[in-house]
Amino acid sequence: MSDGDRASAVRVSPKLTIADRMGAFRVRWGIGRMRYGVEPGLYALGSPDADSEVLVTANYKLSFDTLRRELSGGDYWILVLDTNAVNVWCAAGKGTFGTAELVRRIETVGLTGFVNHRRVIVPQLGAPGVAAHLVRERCGFQVIYGPINAFDIPAFLKDGCKADPLMRSKTFTLRERLAVIPIELVAAPKFLAPVVLLFGVLGGFTRSGTFLEDAVQSGITALVAVLAALLAGAVLTPLLLPFLPGRYFSVKSLLPGIAMAVVVVLLRGDAPNGWRSLAETTGLLLTVTSLGAFLAMNFTGASTFTSPSGVKKEMKLALPFQAGAAVVGLAFWIASQSTG
Amino acid sequence: MEYLRNVTSLSLDPSLCKGCGMCVVVCPHGVFLRSRGKCVIRNRDACMECGACAMNCPPGALTVNSGVGCAAARLQSLVGVKGVCNCDCTTSCDGE
Repeated sequence: MSDGDRASAVRVSPKLTIADRMGAFRVRWGIGRMRYGVEPGLYALGSPDADSEVLVTANYKLSFDTLRRELSGGDYWILVLDTNAVNVWCAAGKGTFGTAELVRRIETVGLTGFVNHRRVIVPQLGAPGVAAHLVRERCGFQVIYGPINAFDIPAFLKDGCKADPLMRSKTFTLRERLAVIPIELVAAPKFLAPVVLLFGVLGGFTRSGTFLEDAVQSGITALVAVLAALLAGAVLTPLLLPFLPGRYFSVKSLLPGIAMAVVVVLLRGDAPNGWRSLAETTGLLLTVTSLGAFLAMNFTGASTFTSPSGVKKEMKLALPFQAGAAVVGLAFWIASQSTG
Repeated sequence: MEYLRNVTSLSLDPSLCKGCGMCVVVCPHGVFLRSRGKCVIRNRDACMECGACAMNCPPGALTVNSGVGCAAARLQSLVGVKGVCNCDCTTSCDGE
């Protein structure tokens, strides 16, 4: 191989800078999100030679940064596929991290000019998009599926590319659940703000004071209720996921949902008297719990073990209940606010 | 953690299986097991229909309707909204 070939692999450091860490934080919180990529191509970590292993990843910067950090101290080639800056697993699901792109990238970087062997280590979660037997057929490279987590790679390599069953199981630990909660929270306001506005306007018409006073009062109640539902469905349910009873996410959300609804009832300011108090309590219980269940159901997308067939079934069964409870709850609440 | 029981579309045709064990390697939820030179389904209900096994089964013994288990994506496709997903699936979440 010529020096000219070598020069086309970009050197990269295993150390993450403050800017890398800030970038990761921003991505997790959805600040200026959508594209957080690195240039696809071949990278040299440390001082790899013709016998060094080639590790494949996506051009999502979080994936790339995690990989180079975990490989720190070693000499490796990193082959970055173009996935439109989407992580390995999601991109594999759509096929952008796939057989065609892997074969194309091996050829465009001229990988055979850099290494004597003919094998690439592909993350196991890339397997939904990559057909190992077809890659070998098309370009002669053997695909070895590496562990799910980058931090297991050193042990995997040391053991002669053998992964124990634990390295091959996708978990959903507290830490992993915590990492995906912020993006759910950040996404929620744009869907929940209209709910608060609607409550405010409805309240403006139904109470006894001036329209504005009543609208503000009702809006605040609605805001508290919506925040409680958000906490129940998008924070508490994900956090407590393995410990909550039920398999359906909507069912799992019931305990946190009811608990948060009770908190809202206890926190409300000037509770109306008599039957209105009961109606308002019922209304808050139903709306907070149903909204919480809906938000919890949406968390299936962030989880690591739900199937599309399962989600389809859950939605078919749970959505009518959620919608029904929300409508009935809303009716109770409106009735409780009336002056008649 | 496991999701709903008896929903997965996963199926394995034992007559086509050559027992290579790729499904055992790629499955992220330990659904498969190699036993007496053949691969068998050990834990159906753990399947999340990611499609890795079928993709990597050279004789095509495995089939599964793969996709993303995401209620938000499904809902958005039902109401005809596209590309507002906040997950990494960005533009092509179609919920199917």
